Amino acid sequence: MSLATPLKKVRGLGTAKSGTEHFWMQRVTAIANVPLVLATLACVIYHLGSSRVEVVASFQNPLVALTVALTMISVLWHMRLGMQVIIEDYVHGPALKLMLLLLNTFYTVALGAAAIYAILRMNFGL
Amino acid sequence: MAETKPVERPLSPHLQIYRPMLTMMMSILHRITGSALYFGIILLVWWLTAAAWNEAYFNLVQGFFGHWFGRLVLFGFTWALIHHTLGGLRHFLWDTGRGFNLQLVERLAQLNLAGSIILTILLWVIGYGVMP
Repeated sequence: MSLATPLKKVRGLGTAKSGTEHFWMQRVTAIANVPLVLATLACVIYHLGSSRVEVVASFQNPLVALTVALTMISVLWHMRLGMQVIIEDYVHGPALKLMLLLLNTFYTVALGAAAIYAILRMNFGL
Repeated sequence: MAETKPVERPLSPHLQIYRPMLTMMMSILHRITGSALYFGIILLVWWLTAAAWNEAYFNLVQGFFGHWFGRLVLFGFTWALIHHTLGGLRHFLWDTGRGFNLQLVERLAQLNLAGSIILTILLWVIGYGVMP
């Protein structure tokens, strides 16, 4: 006889409280990264040696701004998942591990915030 | 309570035991390039924030990327990006349950390494061609 509630049974997650989301999102962001990174790479190569005015003008095009913004979100998400696995693989002390996992989240979110703000600033022509 | 001595248990064989093989090295390299990109992306965010800020800041960043050391870092970043991306494509194949034939695995590892070097050089040739 199981003491688990029907809801708990149907979720099938057990004490880990999470299932395949990590694996799945790693793949989803990886797939998204391929076209997004290629587009952003093209944008960067196009702007090699450009003046600031030219770069800002480019980001006033919504297609450029959105593509680079989506790239940042997908790439940073992917990065965060990847580094989480590396930390969990190599860091065994619970306190240090927790601290590094937190830093991993803060680092990626901070970079994302800076990038998105910069993109919006250029897009709105501030 | 009696002192308990830690038992000397046998450890499972690890890196220093196995003969280095290309597929193993490529697996390690996938993680290393991923980690390098994790920090390398700061360069892209730096460039974006500088462009959004002002001329002086932007010129400073462009100056760094124009310097030989900045170029070297960018070259390494490009290779890591291409290598990790091609490695990711191999993983997509494996995720479908295909491509585990040993000869194919070996061949894909070779293609990944060669492809990453060729594509990186190609991108830089294009880059120098584009630059005024």
